[in-house]
Amino acid sequence: MTASTQAPAAPVGLSRSERRKLSEGARAERRFGWLLCAPAVIVMALVAFYPIVYAFILSLQRYDLRFPSQTHWVGFANYGVVLSSGVWWHAFLVTVIIAVVSVAVELVLGMALAMLLHWTPLWRGLVRTSILLPYGIVTVAAAYSWQFAWTPGVGYLANLLPAGSAPLTSQAQSIGIIILAEIWKTTPFMTLLLLAGLALVPDELLRAAKVDGASSWQRFTQIMLPLMKPAILVALLFRTLDAFRIFDNIFILTKGNNGTGSVSILGYDNLFTALNLGIGSTISVLIFLAVAIIAFIFIRGFGTAAPGTSLERR
Amino acid sequence: MTAVAAPAARTTPRRAQQPVIPPRRKISWGTANAITIAWTLFPIWWLIALSFKDPTTLTDGSFWPIKWSGANYAGIFHSSAFIRPLLNSIGIGLISTVISVILGTMAAYAIARLAFPGKTVLIGVSLMIAMFPAISLVNPLFNIERVIGLFNTWPGLIIPYLAFSLPLAIYTLSAFFREIPWDLEKAAKVDGASQRQIFTNVIAPLAAPGIATTSILVFMFCWNEFLFAISLTSTNAARTAPAAMGFFTGVSQFTFPIGSIAAAAVIITIPIVIFVMIFQRRIVAGLTSGAVKG
Repeated sequence: MTASTQAPAAPVGLSRSERRKLSEGARAERRFGWLLCAPAVIVMALVAFYPIVYAFILSLQRYDLRFPSQTHWVGFANYGVVLSSGVWWHAFLVTVIIAVVSVAVELVLGMALAMLLHWTPLWRGLVRTSILLPYGIVTVAAAYSWQFAWTPGVGYLANLLPAGSAPLTSQAQSIGIIILAEIWKTTPFMTLLLLAGLALVPDELLRAAKVDGASSWQRFTQIMLPLMKPAILVALLFRTLDAFRIFDNIFILTKGNNGTGSVSILGYDNLFTALNLGIGSTISVLIFLAVAIIAFIFIRGFGTAAPGTSLERR
Repeated sequence: MTAVAAPAARTTPRRAQQPVIPPRRKISWGTANAITIAWTLFPIWWLIALSFKDPTTLTDGSFWPIKWSGANYAGIFHSSAFIRPLLNSIGIGLISTVISVILGTMAAYAIARLAFPGKTVLIGVSLMIAMFPAISLVNPLFNIERVIGLFNTWPGLIIPYLAFSLPLAIYTLSAFFREIPWDLEKAAKVDGASQRQIFTNVIAPLAAPGIATTSILVFMFCWNEFLFAISLTSTNAARTAPAAMGFFTGVSQFTFPIGSIAAAAVIITIPIVIFVMIFQRRIVAGLTSGAVKG
């Protein structure tokens, strides 16, 4: 990501006159650069940008897959329908709750695990392997594990609850389990990003502070946190955007029943259950906008630590 | 940071010569480690336990199989309902990985080493795409693929996977490429090698560890993907293993094929466990080098 700021350093290594002499070479280099990037750019444009634009176009139409012949333009009417519907706002609220709670818990837990991995004097490889497993495991497989664990009569966790309770049929408890599954699965990612940030905190600095009588809390808040700020922000950005599009865990655990559906589940249901391409696309566009706004807010918050700015330059 | 240094290190314990740890610290660190390991492993163990339970004891709620049996595995491997999706997963995962790592390597090399305008924009745009909500692409892609006949085919899944794995490949690889000793490139230049020759003969071999790591990360992404896999397929012709598992449903709680799902879940977890055990340092380096460096 820092390539943007670091790479231009290369040609600077050449002297000015050398550069002028190489201007023909520089032009060839530029062409070669574009040539190398072209296939990736074309694929990304065709498969990511074109569909987003197409989704917007679809969202302006009344387009029901059951009655394709009745397709017609309706302007922004679909947006009115979605934004004035309680279903959308309910799904939005559920998504926000899941995202905020899981990311907050993951930040704390991830920080603890990063410190454990960084300083533990024993079994380091073993701990690292076990932390990587949830990251790598297929979300659907993990979600089934949680589902079976909480299914009355099957699971060891459900059997710990009072008889007759079925946590996956109650809204609040289901959301709790969804958050638990999400935290289990994605804390490792948070941990690794924070661990990399922690590696930038010089041990001597911490030792010096200790000698000077700083408590461990002071060392944490006044040395580690400020130095880790860029890593923390990057981790929060990635995880928040990722949590906002939560789909797999909910789809397996509750299918979105009992008021546990996220916006992604709502978009999916509108397309594949209601077969309403127009409304489904409207929801797609709205989710896209929500994610763009979250990203924008975060990146404003980054200031100089935005991805693309190298740490050395700060 | 550790991106390239780490893979070079031996897997043998490097901390062997460290001072003796006082027993009390050993106990407290050991406890913390044990809790962490238990937390990460118990949902995985639960799947394994379920998958080896005899079908008659599946609902005994026991954390440990009382009656061990391979019946669940025999069941899923006796029908094409799981084998076909498993083959789809492997095929689609490998093809997507190869294509996106090749295209990603080209772009990342250009970004890391060549001076050309538009580089910053390219990185910003690929980061943006990495953050796209997949559901936003599902609606339009469903309609496009239905019209052009890619719906429910391998390419129909490979193409969207490329869109999401390319950004991952590009920035992981460009982080690795920055660690390569580029003086060799200068030397090759002095010796009269062309940009193209430098790329294929000097840089590509040096870049191999980064490329291997990126391939693992990209494959894991494709292996894990679920939303496109259920939305852009309708039969086992292209449905991947996680998607097929999502449709292993029964009419009620009691006919729910718990044993088959558990066995299938264990099978699709095996490659991940193998990757993680063999390449743990590389995976950590690959995931973090890009993010922290920029």
